[in-house]
Amino acid sequence: MGEVATRMTALQRAGKKALVPFVTAGFPTRDVFPQLLEEVSRFADIIEIGVPFSDPLADGPVIQHTSQVALEQGVTLPWILEMLADQQARASVSVPVVLMSYLNPLLQISDGDFFERARRANVAGVIIPDLPVEEGAPYEIAARDQQMDLIYLIAPTTSQERARLIADRSQGFVYLVSITGVTGARDAFPAETFDFLRRMRALTNKPLCVGFGISRPEQVRQLAPEVDGVIVGSSLLRVIMEAPSDPIRAAQRMLTPLRRALDESWSPSSVINAE
Amino acid sequence: MHYGQPDERGRFGRFGGQYVPETVMEALLELERQFQSAWHDEAFRRLFHHHLREFVGRPTPLYFAERLTEALGGARIYLKREDLCHTGAHKINNCVGQALLTLRMGKRRIVAETGAGQHGVATAAVAARFGLECIVYMGEIDMERQAPNVFRMQLLGAEVVGVAEGSRTLKEAINAAIRDWVTNVRTTHYLLGSVVGPHPYPVMVRSFQAVIGEEVKEQLLEREGRLPDYLVACVGGGSNSIGLFYPFLDEESVQIIGVEAGGRGPGLGEHAATLSFGTPGVLHGAHSFLLQDRFGQIASTHSVSAGLDYPGVGPEHSFLKETGRVTYVTVSDREALEAFEELSELEGIIPALEPAHALAFLRRLIPRTSKEDIVVVGLSGRGDKDLQLARQAMEEYHHG
Repeated sequence: MGEVATRMTALQRAGKKALVPFVTAGFPTRDVFPQLLEEVSRFADIIEIGVPFSDPLADGPVIQHTSQVALEQGVTLPWILEMLADQQARASVSVPVVLMSYLNPLLQISDGDFFERARRANVAGVIIPDLPVEEGAPYEIAARDQQMDLIYLIAPTTSQERARLIADRSQGFVYLVSITGVTGARDAFPAETFDFLRRMRALTNKPLCVGFGISRPEQVRQLAPEVDGVIVGSSLLRVIMEAPSDPIRAAQRMLTPLRRALDESWSPSSVINAE
Repeated sequence: MHYGQPDERGRFGRFGGQYVPETVMEALLELERQFQSAWHDEAFRRLFHHHLREFVGRPTPLYFAERLTEALGGARIYLKREDLCHTGAHKINNCVGQALLTLRMGKRRIVAETGAGQHGVATAAVAARFGLECIVYMGEIDMERQAPNVFRMQLLGAEVVGVAEGSRTLKEAINAAIRDWVTNVRTTHYLLGSVVGPHPYPVMVRSFQAVIGEEVKEQLLEREGRLPDYLVACVGGGSNSIGLFYPFLDEESVQIIGVEAGGRGPGLGEHAATLSFGTPGVLHGAHSFLLQDRFGQIASTHSVSAGLDYPGVGPEHSFLKETGRVTYVTVSDREALEAFEELSELEGIIPALEPAHALAFLRRLIPRTSKEDIVVVGLSGRGDKDLQLARQAMEEYHHG
């Protein structure tokens, strides 16, 4: 079992829900990022770091923008891995780190195997949004060889049969895409989202984290009872983007109420429901 | 030899595949099932060919370019006149096929990307013809350089959405179309315009475009009683070239040449010659050759021709390059513009800047041929859309 799975299982046993913040590597600047990462990780159970890509197909305007800014500053996958391998950074981030990367930057790592290098950089898991299970087998093996978790996504459009296969093969947790579409804040979630989360709960014992479109404490309160964790990306990046003078404080202000909402959704009844 | 590509998983050798967000996987699998059943259904094929004849105006002529042949002094040059297709380019062959599939799937909304605007216009035309809602994504730079096509699409009832991100050209238009598709996948078919993207698009678009090469084979047998010695076509994403090449891949006597956009030179960002200068990677759903930096970020491209201005290429072309069955070469912006002028003056045919690249290669090919040889060039589209751009560029060259 990888570090992500271990953490999720421990939380489940304690009846707690995971907060998984997503930040784009090197955003808002390469200098500020390590400190931002440290601060964000204080609120997190697992932290997801986005590898910027020139063509982020599954992402909405905010992550397109943060990726572009990061690329313009010369953020590369080797830079990210070096930063994470740095002893100081490692000590300051006490939760498992999951990298989110489109496939192509991983394929182009020229200096050795990506998974081997990521493991040395203390990366616990990888999410590849343009890698469906049909193409995933070689990457699953490579991840397993390094005791890393390869996390797959399931969407509301995924059939039951396919969802079962994906849940079975996903390691660490299963990433549930809240609604059809790209990343980015949504005002409200339709009933379909809740039906989908319940269907997935009934389908697998694997830990479930829901992402895409989550920005507000009340949304966290609504969604948390149905899953084991929530992933918050675009809305966090937006407040960081809008506070260039003090991005760290802006992130704290955003994450504090989300953390509280999540911790409040821990109740004896939710423990019983999860069992 | 039997060519037999792709395999059941949509692989052309090591290229191809389905690298897409999970949200659209079911739609891709459904498209694959529907395409396979339709393509093996006689009634669907008859309907497809009916519309190719009645709406598109097929078969297009295989035209003997007498004065061009004389001027170059070698092989007999034939032009496959896809410029005479309805809407002015080969793009509509594929659009008719995919529109019929959209109806078969019970969807009423289509999205498409366009670079030069030819695929957008063809998509808008079939959408109007078959009563489908149509959204076309187009980079803002392309909207500027292909303004007449924007108006054509609007006139045909399509909504043209400008894309302001990144390079503001074809690559970003594809990103935007995919994002729309991911969001509206239950009601929407993505009418991709080339042999790129995830399986089944490369094989499906090839199937709809293969009519080009099939007609050439038949027409040339009738005219000359034999197969051509050379086939030449331009390659951006690669749909007109695959359409021309595919029926000849098993004919070993036929030499096949794909011509890429050499732009201003061989530096990254100066051209769009993916096969000539690129390396393998994954973009827009397929494993294929790409123009990218050493960290896997997709490079910007340049070509005088908007339709070739793309950092990827169909996976089948990558396979054909690696096996050596097809030879890929580049010609520069300047050579393409010279060929654009030359064909206009010698044959009374204004080609699009895309096939002007294929025509430009004749200046290098013909001196190596004899008068008994036969060359067929894919004239994939007409040049009306390029007049303003060509005039500007020609003035620069003539004065600069």
